[in-house]
Formats: sequence, C-alpha cells, structure tokens
Amino acid sequence: MGNLFSRVFQRLWGNKEVRILILGLDGAGKTTILYRLQLGEVVNTIPTIGFNVETLTYQNIKFQVWDLGGQTSIRPYWRCYYTNTDAIIYVVDSADHQRLSTSQQELHEMLEEEEIKNAALLVLANKQDMDGAMTPAEVSEALGLATLRDRQWTIFKCSAKTGEGLTESLDWLVNAVTVSK
Amino acid sequence: MIFIRCDGCVQSLAKKDEDMAEGSMFYHLDKTTVLQEARIFNVSPIRARDCRLVLTKIAYLTYQSETFGTKEATECFFSVTKLFQSQDAALRQMVYLIIKEFSQVAEDVIMATSSVTKDITANSDLIYRANAIRALVKITDPSILQGNERLMKQALVDKNYAVVKAALVSCIHLFASAKDMVKRWASEIQAALSKPGIASYHALGLMYLIRQNDKMAIIKMATAASRVVFRNPHTYIVLIRTTCRIMDDETPDQRSLMPLLQNFLKHKDYIVVFEAARAITGLRNVTAEELRYATHALVTMLSNHRPTLVFAAIRLLNRIAHLHRSLVVQFTPELEARINDPNRNIATFAITTVLKTGNEASVDTLMKQIASFMGDISDEFKVVIIDAIRSLCLKFPAKQSMMLNFLANVLRDEGGYEYKRATIEAIFDIFYSVPSSRETALSHLCEFIEDCEFTRLAVRVLYLLGTEGPKCATPSKYIRYIYNRLILENAPVRSAAVTALGRFAADVAELRPRIRILLERCLDDNDDEVRDRATLSLRLLDIAAAADGEAASAAASLLLNENTYVWPVLEAQLYTHLQDAGTAAVPFSDAHVPRLTKTEQHDHAMHARAQREGRLALSPTAHKFDAHGRPSPSDHRTAVGGTGGLHDYQQELSLVPALAPLGKILHSSAPAALTESETEYVVHCVKHVMPAHVVFQYTCRNTLNDSVLMNVSVQMRMQLLNDMELEAEADPGAVAALAGFAPAFVVPIPQLRYDTPETMWVVYHRPNHCVPLASFQCALHFHVYDVDPNEDLDAQLADAAEETGDRGYEDEYELEGLEIVLADFMVPDGRVMGTAPSFEAAWHAAAAEDARETYNLTAVATCASAVKSIVPMLGLAPVQGSDVVAAGKNTHTLLLAGRFVDGTPCLAQVRMVSEEGAGVTIQVMAKSPNPTVALRVVNAIQ
Repeated sequence: MGNLFSRVFQRLWGNKEVRILILGLDGAGKTTILYRLQLGEVVNTIPTIGFNVETLTYQNIKFQVWDLGGQTSIRPYWRCYYTNTDAIIYVVDSADHQRLSTSQQELHEMLEEEEIKNAALLVLANKQDMDGAMTPAEVSEALGLATLRDRQWTIFKCSAKTGEGLTESLDWLVNAVTVSK
Repeated sequence: MIFIRCDGCVQSLAKKDEDMAEGSMFYHLDKTTVLQEARIFNVSPIRARDCRLVLTKIAYLTYQSETFGTKEATECFFSVTKLFQSQDAALRQMVYLIIKEFSQVAEDVIMATSSVTKDITANSDLIYRANAIRALVKITDPSILQGNERLMKQALVDKNYAVVKAALVSCIHLFASAKDMVKRWASEIQAALSKPGIASYHALGLMYLIRQNDKMAIIKMATAASRVVFRNPHTYIVLIRTTCRIMDDETPDQRSLMPLLQNFLKHKDYIVVFEAARAITGLRNVTAEELRYATHALVTMLSNHRPTLVFAAIRLLNRIAHLHRSLVVQFTPELEARINDPNRNIATFAITTVLKTGNEASVDTLMKQIASFMGDISDEFKVVIIDAIRSLCLKFPAKQSMMLNFLANVLRDEGGYEYKRATIEAIFDIFYSVPSSRETALSHLCEFIEDCEFTRLAVRVLYLLGTEGPKCATPSKYIRYIYNRLILENAPVRSAAVTALGRFAADVAELRPRIRILLERCLDDNDDEVRDRATLSLRLLDIAAAADGEAASAAASLLLNENTYVWPVLEAQLYTHLQDAGTAAVPFSDAHVPRLTKTEQHDHAMHARAQREGRLALSPTAHKFDAHGRPSPSDHRTAVGGTGGLHDYQQELSLVPALAPLGKILHSSAPAALTESETEYVVHCVKHVMPAHVVFQYTCRNTLNDSVLMNVSVQMRMQLLNDMELEAEADPGAVAALAGFAPAFVVPIPQLRYDTPETMWVVYHRPNHCVPLASFQCALHFHVYDVDPNEDLDAQLADAAEETGDRGYEDEYELEGLEIVLADFMVPDGRVMGTAPSFEAAWHAAAAEDARETYNLTAVATCASAVKSIVPMLGLAPVQGSDVVAAGKNTHTLLLAGRFVDGTPCLAQVRMVSEEGAGVTIQVMAKSPNPTVALRVVNAIQ
C-alpha cells in the first residue's frame, strides 16, 4: 500500500523534494532539531557559522532541510536561501524570555519577503524540558502569530532534547505541504 | 570530466584546453554567459553533472585571469553554497575549487564554514576531505579557526595522506596570520615528516617556517632530518636549502653542516645532487676544497641524456670556473665534448666555460669554433659569449688582435642593442687595458659608427673618439669619420660629434684651423643643441687661443672635459636648490659638488662593473623562505664595505643639510649589526670619524608590516673608556678635550615604513681631535602607529594625524651595545711603508722610538686565532701575508701598517708565542712619527 502511495505522491510532485528552512535566533536549537530529525539522536553542536543542509525522508517524502545559523551576523544571509522554499520551521527558545521580542522582529521581517510568501510556517516552542519555559500560547502571543494573514501556520511545543512534539509537528508539515501542492 | 583530486583538476583542465583548443566548450567562454548558466545551481533537485560543467567553466575563466566583481562573485558564491545539498563527490570537489577561487573576491565567504567543517569531520573515506581543509583556511580567519583547532590537529595526523598534505599546506598559508596556533601543532607536523610522498616536503618546509628565527633549532632540525630517509626527492631539496640558509651566515671554517651537504652529492637522485652542488657553489666565499666534490658530481651529469640537466650542470660549472678556475681545468675534455652539443644553449655555456679555463694555445681553435656557431644562438647567449671573450682578452693580451677582429666581425653582423652594447663595451675594455690595441680598436669602432642604428652606441663611440683620438699617432684620420656623422646622423649623434671635434681642436694644434671651419659649418645646423655646442666649442677655442694664463687653461680643460661632477650629488643638490624657495633667487653654486677626474671616473665604472658581475653569482636559493627578499646582513656588509664604500658614505652625508657642513669623512667603520637579522626592527650602525665630530649612521629597517614608526631616533648612553693616565701623558689638554665629547645633534627618521630601510644620524662633538674611546648602550626610540597592511597606508596615517595620535604610542626597542675603539681611528693602509722594499726596512728606517707592551691572552689558544682577534682591534692592515699563520707553528710575528685618521703613518709588529694551556703571549711594538699614536696602538689590546 505504502508503495502505491509513494507512487501517487511521486506522480503528484514529480521528483521534487520538499525544501524546508529552519530559522530562529542563535542558540534556539535549530541544529539540534535538524539532527534529531535526521539521526534520531541528540548530537553535540557548535554555533553554526553558515548553514547545515541535510536530506531526510519522512512518510515517504524527501525533505531537504536547511538549517541556517542564527547569529546576528549571519541572519542577513537567510534571504540568500529563500528561493523555492516550501515551508519554514521557526524555532524559538521558550526559556529565553528576554530575546523573545528580537525573535518576534526577525520573524515578521522574514515573513515580509516576497519569495516565501507561499511557504507554510511551523513555529516550534523549543526547550520545553527546561524550567520556566513558556507555553506555546504564551510564545504565540509574544510572537504575534495571531496577526498573520494569508499564511498557513501553526505552533507546536517541543523539546529537541527529549524528542517531544517533533513527530507531531512533522506530521502537520507533511500535511501542509501536500495540501498546498 | 572526472576529477580525481583537487590538484589533479588543474592539470586535467590544462590538458583539456590543449586537446579541445578549437571548437571546445571552453573556447571563447564568456563570463556573462557562464554566470547566467550558474543559475542552474538554484534548481532543485541538483543536476550534479550539469552543475559540475558550469563550475568547471567558472574555474576555467578564473584560471584565464578573468576577474569577477565583488557583487557577481558574492552572488555566484551563494548559489554555489547551495550545492552542498548534493552528496556527489566530484561535484563537491569542484565546489571547493570555486570556493577557494572566490574566497578573495566574494564577500561573506564565511557562510560556507559550517558545511566545510562538517565535511572535514565526516568520519569516512570521503575523497573531498582534503579539499575541504584547503578551503577552510581560505574562508575563515584565525579567530574562528581557533574553535576548530582540533580539526586541523587531527587532519595533520590523519591516516589519509591527501588529508595530511592538505593540512600541511593549509598550515603554511595559515602561518602568516596565526603563527602561535601553528606552532602549537609542532609535534603533529613533525610526525608528518615520516609520511610518504610530498607530505614530507611540506612538513619540512613548515618546520623550517616555525623555526626560522632560531638558528640553533634549525641546525637541530636539519641534522635530525638528514638521518631520515625520505622517498620524495623534493624533501631533500628543502633540507638542502634550509642547510644552506644557515651556512650563509657562517665563515668557511665554521660551516658545521658542510659534511651533511657534501653527503647529498652522493645521493642517487640527480635532482638532489644538483641542488646540493648548487647550494655549495652559492655559498659565500666558498673554498676550492669545498667545491671539489660538487665539481665532480656536476661533470658526471654532463653525460646525462637529459638536456635540462646538462644545461643546469654546465651553467653551474661555468660559475665554478669563475670562482675557482683550477677545479674545472682538469675537466676541459668533458667540457669540450659539449661544444658540439646540438642544444646551442649548452654549447654556449660549454664554450664560455672552456674559454675561462683554457690556456693561451687553445684560444685560436676555440675562437674558430665560436665563430662557426655564433649565428645559431640567440642574442642573450651571444652576450654571454662576448663577455667571456672580453675577460679572456684581458687575461691574454697577446691575443688581442685576433679577439678584436672577432669582435669587429660581430659588430658587422645583425644584432640587437644589448648584443651590440656588450660588444662595444668589450672593445672599450680592451682599449683601456691593452694599450697596444688602441689604434686597431679605434678604427674598428670608427667603422662601426659608419653604419650604426643605435644612437646611444654611436654617441658613446664618438665620446671615446673625442677623448682618446687626439692622443693617437695620426689624429687626423678620425676627423673624417666624425665629420661624416655630422652630415648623416640625427641630432644627438651630431651633438656628440661636435663635442668630439671640439676636443680634437683643443688638443691637436695643427688640426685646429681646419676643424674650426667644420665647426663653423655646424652653426647653421637646424638643431639647437648642435648649434649651441658648436658655438661653445668655437668660443672656448677663441679664449684658449687669445688669452693666456688662467682663462686659457680653464677653457682648454673645459673643452677636454677633464673633470666631471659626481652626478648623483649634483642632481640632489640641484633638486634641493630648486625646492627651497629661499635659495631660488641665488644662483646655484657647484662649490660643494665633489668632482671626479677621468681616471677616477674610469675606476668607478670598473668597480661598479666588478660588483655587478660579482652579484651575478647564482642567487643563494636558500633565501626562498625569506618572504620579503631582504638581504642578509652579510650581504649588506659586502655591498657597502667595498672600496667604493667611503665615497658612498660621503655622498650620503652630503645629501643631509645638517650633516653637509661637518666636512670630510676621515674614516668609516664596517657596518655593525645592532640586532639579530630576523627581529622586528633591524638596525646597523656605521661610525664615521670626521675632523671635529663622530657621526653614528644608523640604518633601520622595520620588518613589521602592520606598523609605521614615526620620529625614530637612537638614544645612546655613553661611558668613556679612555685610559686617562695615557691621555694625560700624551697631551695634558686631551683629558679636558675628552670632556667635550658630547652629543651635538640627532637627525631622526621622520617616518619608517614597512621594509623600506631609512637612515638616521647621531652626531657627537669631537673637540681638539681627541680620540674618545667609549662604550654606548643604545635603544631605539619611536612613536608607533598600528596600521592595517591591506589598506592604503597614507590614508591611514592621515586619519591617525587627525585623531591626534589616538592610535599611536611611544615605544622603545633595546639594541645591542656599541663601542668606539681605536680601530675606528686607524686606516688600514699598506702603502705607508712607501718605497721601502720590506716591512723590516721600513721599520728600521722609521726614526721614531718604538712603544712596547706585553700581554698574555689566555682566552685564545693558537697564534692563528690571536692574529684573527688582534687585527680588528688595531685597525691596521696586515702586510707581507703575515696574517696567515703556518699550521702547527707556536711562534709568529704579525706585521701591520696603516695611518691614524689625521694621516700620521704607523707601523706595528706583534710577536706572539703560544703555549699549550697557557694561551698566547704577545708583545706589541708600534712606531709612529707621533709617539701618542704609537702609545695608543700598543694600549689598544683588550
């Protein structure tokens, strides 16, 4: 049956992979999430200077995931990688109350871009395993997600460390991109 | 289209270019089109093959020196980074090549860092790990790399040798910006030495870089490395060059590493043997003994089937023949065999070498052989041959007529300027040094100018005719040749011809009326210069004829051009005269411009030439690692310490307004290094004794490219060392005069930039001609500005000036101590013995009482080493070869002669006896018309 589905999918999209960007401030956990998704384990990461790109397959869909560094100096280059993006995973450090407003600014600035106006947005309220982590509702409020118009979006709570919430969010993503196609 | 390794790529590209030169896709590539094609990088999924092709095209363009603008390069770079999503190995290698190419042009190349690092850490046999390492160093700066230090360290000991190699090369690149980091990896680098292939070559080079400022460490490294067996001959070459670099600073008897170098002559690989031979030949003051095996080895190479090797060997043998002729003489048959070599370049060197070694009898045959193949070789080699013939002619004056005929034939042949110039210079030299050849030489030259297409050469010949023609037996015969020029040639030649005619008229009375007629005709010439010169000559002739006495002789000497100015000084003074508004109203006076007579001028020319030829020595290749190409201090010494040295200093001083009035330099010391040669600042000092001053001339060089020093001066703290008792005895006033030995003024360096040596002066008063012996502690004082070497220096300095010294700070740099010793006041001069047949005769003839003093030198063991230390202390010239002590002798007498700075002659003899274990006992005796001088000499031993 799975075989049949995959053929159907392939017919639907040709051989095209789904292109996903993982963005967010530095230290939000983007690289950890990427490798948690790809390898299923927590790896030791160093601050990403530049980007990491990996291909992973979920539910027979090939995802090409770009994890871009979140440091202030690197954020301006995010735009170089917007073309043909199907979905954006925006990672927020739920325990970092202070920089939430910065995160909000960056998010809205990014969403202005013409090239990604059709991309689905998945916000991950990461680091739920930590004390003092905000709930998804609080994060959503702080990021002003409710104000978004003409965009397919959602927010999930997750923890890259424990793996909590990642599967659910990916399911949503699969659904979002298949529907939009 | 399959690239195996990064460096293989370039090769295969080049090959491709040859193979597909016409109609290929790389032919007539257009940058804009290629950049359009580069959009394919953004397509998903990646089409690896197509992308690779486009990358190759970009690479091809960059290798063709096509330049990319920052914007387009950056754009392209970001598209290229998207290719990291593909795992295609061949594509990734191409990506790395392009990243490396763009790393200098594109902005924000740092964006590739994470991806590159990931490739390096990938724990697999990925082929592109080596490429990744090479790219990493290009795109990051050391501060970021610090985080990845472990990466590099691991790469250095990786089991894949391509990775090791890439890491080593990257370290070499990195060394310039992150010395300390690379130094921390020393043990990993050392381990790479034992890797096969080219890795050992890179490792050794890097090890040298790390140690380059520490001579002992290099010696240790070289000795250790010489015990390792390398499979790669290039490693040996680095080792040889390293060794050679150390030996460069050593005198022949100190060369501890010589056996090591000689050992390489027995190596099985020709390239190593050749490098060793070349290194030995390039050593300073290399002795015949040291060269013996090298010569043998090179001669063996002559029978090799590879022309390049034969050429290299014979070129070196030619050099050896120049240094130590006797070594090569015995191999004349082998060399002669190469004269008929089908490769004319080899033949040229063979013949010039044989010319150097040959004896008088063989010259005729050689000359015939040369004549037969002169037509086959290029001008460049013809010049080599002409030079060889010139020196041959000076060696065997008897052969001059044959040589002159040969040279005359050469002049008739077709040839370029350099070739003709070498030929007429050879004839000039023969003319000056072999008097019997003069008439023939002049007539050959006359014939040459009859049909000479080079104005400059014609002018030179006319000048020679003008000065030397009148002295010949029949001057009248040259007039026709000169007059022909007046009719047929262009203005500069005509001007020279007019001057030449003027000289004939001045010198030869019987020709004068007729020449006047010729000169009068020139008054109608259509060129100003020609008319002016003709008028001047005629006018001077009138004065010389009419008036008598001073005016007449002045006019004659002006016509004959007996004296010339020292041109650089004249030029400099004229320049300052014009620059200074205050003096503009005053006519320029030539009173302070030194003049040279004809003979002095000629001597200078010969000297300069000899120096030039001396420098033609194969440049010591060991300097390779010296990134700035700065000469070692010993180079400096030979360059300024030659016989022309005194004159050069005088000239330098006369160019500084504050120093010009100090007068004539009585004596200059040899330059002394006040720093190690590889430190931040390199300083040399020369001491000049002037009539009433002592001048310290400091030459400073800033070796830091990120700083500019302002207002640099040397601060000197003095301590007098004079023997007051002795001074009081000599002249009661002298002690008082010594108190007057004090600083007068300093001429600082306003601005010392990176690698541009500048000079500063410290002047001390020297009242009453006293002889102050003193020691000084010296320190360099300056104001430092830190600058960015990559940006425009002037702009940065202007910025700094606006900020009023915000970025600069005062600093001091300790120099080595300096002493004024008696030798600074003594001029070594063997000629003071005058006409006396021997030193003994001169000694006995000298009326003065001798002063004596006895010393026991415990620190020296042999007479030979005693001689070595005494000669520089006294500053007198050893005569009658007495500075050579026969081996094994325990008694010796050293004979010395010279002058005190005021011209008082002085003779000295030093008798010495050496005793096993007790050092050397010496007795110094000195005689001088001025007893104080003699006393000073005997007291000068320290």
